[in-house]
Amino acid sequence: MMTFKKKTTVVLSLLAAMTAGSVLAAPPALPKDGSWGSGAGDANFDTMMQSGFQSKGIATTERLKQDPTQKLCSNPTTIYSAKNTALREKLQGENEASIKYPSNGNWLGNWKNGEKIAQSGKGLTWSDKAGEANGGNCYNCHQITKEELAYGTIGPSLYNYGKLRGNSEETIRYTWGKIFNAKATNICSLMPRAGAMGVLNEDQIRDLMALLLDPESPVNK
Amino acid sequence: MRAPHIKASLFVVIALAFSVSSQAQQDSTSAGIEAYREALQDGNPADLYVDSGAEIWKKKAGPKEASLEKCDLGLGPGKVKGAYAQLPRYFKDTNKVQDLESRLLTCMEKLQGVDTTEIVKAAFSSPKKADLVALSAYISAESKGMKVKVSLAHPKERQMYDLGRRLFYYEAGPYDFACATCHGQDGKRIRLQDLPYIPSAEGAAKGWTTWPAYRVSSGQMWSMQWRINDCFRQQRFPEPIYASDVTVAISSFMAGNSNGSVMQTPGIKR
Amino acid sequence: MANPMKIRATNKDGITEIKILMNHEMETGQRKDASGNLIPAWFINEVNVDLNGKSVLKAEWGPSVSKNPYMAFKVKGGKAGDKVVCTWTDNKGDKRTDEATVS
Repeated sequence: MMTFKKKTTVVLSLLAAMTAGSVLAAPPALPKDGSWGSGAGDANFDTMMQSGFQSKGIATTERLKQDPTQKLCSNPTTIYSAKNTALREKLQGENEASIKYPSNGNWLGNWKNGEKIAQSGKGLTWSDKAGEANGGNCYNCHQITKEELAYGTIGPSLYNYGKLRGNSEETIRYTWGKIFNAKATNICSLMPRAGAMGVLNEDQIRDLMALLLDPESPVNK
Repeated sequence: MRAPHIKASLFVVIALAFSVSSQAQQDSTSAGIEAYREALQDGNPADLYVDSGAEIWKKKAGPKEASLEKCDLGLGPGKVKGAYAQLPRYFKDTNKVQDLESRLLTCMEKLQGVDTTEIVKAAFSSPKKADLVALSAYISAESKGMKVKVSLAHPKERQMYDLGRRLFYYEAGPYDFACATCHGQDGKRIRLQDLPYIPSAEGAAKGWTTWPAYRVSSGQMWSMQWRINDCFRQQRFPEPIYASDVTVAISSFMAGNSNGSVMQTPGIKR
Repeated sequence: MANPMKIRATNKDGITEIKILMNHEMETGQRKDASGNLIPAWFINEVNVDLNGKSVLKAEWGPSVSKNPYMAFKVKGGKAGDKVVCTWTDNKGDKRTDEATVS
């Protein structure tokens, strides 16, 4: 017992020493009622947005119009409030309904293409041209193969994705749904809705599926 | 009674060991990048733009053949030292909150008689914007080592901050991206680029105190307006208008969160 | 003359450290512009640094040196007050000389 107490003291004083360095004042807290401050109500905010952006290339000001899911997820204070429980369920259902499963019954494509799609961040910016194939942006947020060291950590690692989960019908269907519309299973997921928003087409999703689930894919080696 | 305590400490030790070894490969890549970034700090080409900006500040230009030396950046006409650390701020003569580049446009119009319409529309990499970029480098350098002291006391300053905060969380476009998508979590990175958590003081300071910066990968000097512009591009948003309230609001949010941190501008980035 | 470079030189314990930041586009000649045309090669190909009138560094550079080259090196000897003179020449024949005092 004596030994344990000494350890606790050491750990506690170490923690205190580590946290002592911070001297910056904490920023103003968000209002608890979900508002944004007296000067940042809808009228003022909308005026700022309308006068502050211009269409450029394929990125038009139409993009600023939010759908209900984006609107819900834009207020960190109220997303998970009790008041919004019904709304969250409704929107999650709508996102789920948007998922289009493979039209030809094929769920897996070519993992080599999938790796290229995962590596590419191209598409949909105002400096991209209309009609060119979009990339999946996947490595920006996820670890995928073991070989690629330049990966992001905004999303969980997908290394060994198929090896860990197997390839049951349920897993395949779930994975397709995640790529098509991640918000169907997590309403304010940070992951773009690649299928539902038309970023990637069915063939591209098939190739990403293969990257994750094909036993021959480097992801599962 | 002893056994559970020993088990608990053993578990902690094993958990720590596991997390350290699985981090090892990732850390060696990040460590290498970190070492490269540190080596970059010496001999920052931004210094070349600082010198150029200092000359432009003194150069007579525009229909009124006047220099910018009487420009009031918030500390009185012509006072450059320390001004950047206190921007954005409310200005009585224009009755609005302005960041550095917005204020420079005001001075170019009022002191030099320049019509800034074409400058506002011009691409950042074009010669028309070059003077503003160099001036940003120079004026930010004159606040190096000074503490960020951005006031939110004036109602319009607080309003600009609040509008910027609301915009920070605003999801839109085909990717549902908001600034918060990348900058709204602590300890994350995009590819190998660490992402500061901007709603926190430390995170906001990481970004706010190091731009304007020279970007080695593109060989370009970027002002803060340029940095914000390219963020919106990658968010798949439409383009923010140069020096619009949208851009000043986002800067007010970042600067307001950074109060007390030390300016290290101009910075150097990968 | 081309754009000025920045030279800093300090002396400590008998070693002079010289740091030079040069202002130059350093085009490799392999990049293409927006229309697809090759941007002509334009880079510093010769550098000379004198310390107190004596050449202490001569360099021959090629297109692999990147834009706005930064160079730092140490020389045995020298003292505070000595003059550092750097001259570069590029493949178009343009030249630039700047100097600084060792502190």
